Amino acid sequence: MARNVTNQRKLINTVLAWGIGLLIFFPILWTILTSFKSEATAIADPPVFLFFDWTLDNYRVVQERSDYMRFLWNSVIIAGGSTLLGIIVAVPAAWSMAFVPSARTKDILLWMLSTKMLPAVGVLYPIYLIFIKMGLLDSRVGLTVVLMLINLPIIIWMLYTYFREIPGEILEAARMDGASLKEEILYVLTPMAVPGIASTVLLNIILAWNEAFWTLNLTAAKAAPLTAFIASYSSPEGLFYAKLSAASTMAIAPILILGWFSQKQLVRGLTFGAVK
Amino acid sequence: MATKASRSAARLMMAPAVILLLGWMLVPLCMTLYFSFKKYLPLRGGDLGWVGFDNYVRFFSSSAFWPSVIATLVIVGGVLAITVVFGILLAILLDQPMWGQGIVRILVIAPFFVMPTVSALVWKNMFMDPVNGLFAHLWKFFGAAPIEWLSQASMTSIVIIVAWQWLPFATLILLTAIQSLDSEQLEAAEMDGAPPLSRFGYITLPHLSRAITVVVLIQTIFLLSIFAEIFVTTQGSFGTKTLTYLIYQRVLESQNVGLGSAGGIFAVILANIVAIFLMRIVGKNLDA
Repeated sequence: MARNVTNQRKLINTVLAWGIGLLIFFPILWTILTSFKSEATAIADPPVFLFFDWTLDNYRVVQERSDYMRFLWNSVIIAGGSTLLGIIVAVPAAWSMAFVPSARTKDILLWMLSTKMLPAVGVLYPIYLIFIKMGLLDSRVGLTVVLMLINLPIIIWMLYTYFREIPGEILEAARMDGASLKEEILYVLTPMAVPGIASTVLLNIILAWNEAFWTLNLTAAKAAPLTAFIASYSSPEGLFYAKLSAASTMAIAPILILGWFSQKQLVRGLTFGAVK
Repeated sequence: MATKASRSAARLMMAPAVILLLGWMLVPLCMTLYFSFKKYLPLRGGDLGWVGFDNYVRFFSSSAFWPSVIATLVIVGGVLAITVVFGILLAILLDQPMWGQGIVRILVIAPFFVMPTVSALVWKNMFMDPVNGLFAHLWKFFGAAPIEWLSQASMTSIVIIVAWQWLPFATLILLTAIQSLDSEQLEAAEMDGAPPLSRFGYITLPHLSRAITVVVLIQTIFLLSIFAEIFVTTQGSFGTKTLTYLIYQRVLESQNVGLGSAGGIFAVILANIVAIFLMRIVGKNLDA
């Protein structure tokens, strides 16, 4: 009897949750579906959901007309490059704060975090000016550095929380057993730190890929990543729903997949450890 | 344990990060502060000398200032209200036993991973377009006249788009917090005959209070500076010109750098007020 009741409740929960889940996901689903329609089907009245002639034409046209691969490549370079740079700078910093903490470690961490709160628009013109003066406007190098800097606090913070979970006793034990510093770092610390570094990388790629203030304001034709490419569909191309959808689907697909792997890390990374 | 040598090594390892962030913060900020006291029009004469607080006075007294403050407040407030209320409800629902919980969670979280320009354009064209948008079809189906969302209900539209993007974030964090709630407490209350609403009000909600605070503060910081969603939809027209967008227009579109910089300093101060509260919570957690 009791079991029956829970099953019934479970069924209600399931139906309700799936309904709401699908509703929230619907805009994405609709975009993906529309990307396989012809332009005429995409604006059909009444709208068609599943039963239409599926076509890959839009993907071909988007690539041919606007050289989609170039924007994709820019996104990959900028998101990947800024993450790699950030990790290189952040690992030693997080490492030393986690294992050799001093009285000021906490203040330094909080100060680093506070730089993330700086509204971008407050420093828009200085950065713009510096970019012009240094010939960095519309360059992948410049954007990579800026995105590295805006995400550096999050990278350091995340790595710090991961490193702090590595018990110091294990290191001591290794040292007692006669491991040299090199062996200690290579065989004891690194294997334990890899999962933390990997999830930090993942979250950071997502954040850099979707960044849409600096990427829109500091690029034109050459270094524009996918965020800027999609923005160029604002008008009038945006009225070609099928092509807009194809371009959008390609732009979000890689990140949706990465995102699914990093749900848990998202909480840790974006709340700076305030919610666990 | 930490020897003198390891301390100095630690300082050396930290140096690059500290120097980079210090430079990234101080150099542009000082430049903005400097420009804010100058009449500086790069395309019309360049640096035209010091003007004291003139830019600040003109920024605050311009006819665009108060509407932009109101637009900012409406967007931040509206999105916060929607995401926190629905986030709590969704988190509670997702915490219940059900089939396919993992998949539902993925569906709910997905919008967070969509880049802002994509979500804004998809909503603008495929949902809110008054002729071919899905909403127009839906309205016609029920015999109503389609709404021109982005002009007639511009603020509502922007709030819908942004709330859709941030609901997953609120839900995910609140869900994480709910899952750390001791279920025995709830069961004990249930056995003692506490109705669901009191169980929620006296146990779940207090337990969530810190997570809610964190969600509100973090979202506020990000929402104060939303840009792409307005850039690709209304371009700041129809009353959607937020503070961020106003400053952007002053600086890059009309190239009145002095005026824009004064606004920029104001935005920095505003964000810092929110940040102080957030830092306090984060700092407390660091000690624990």
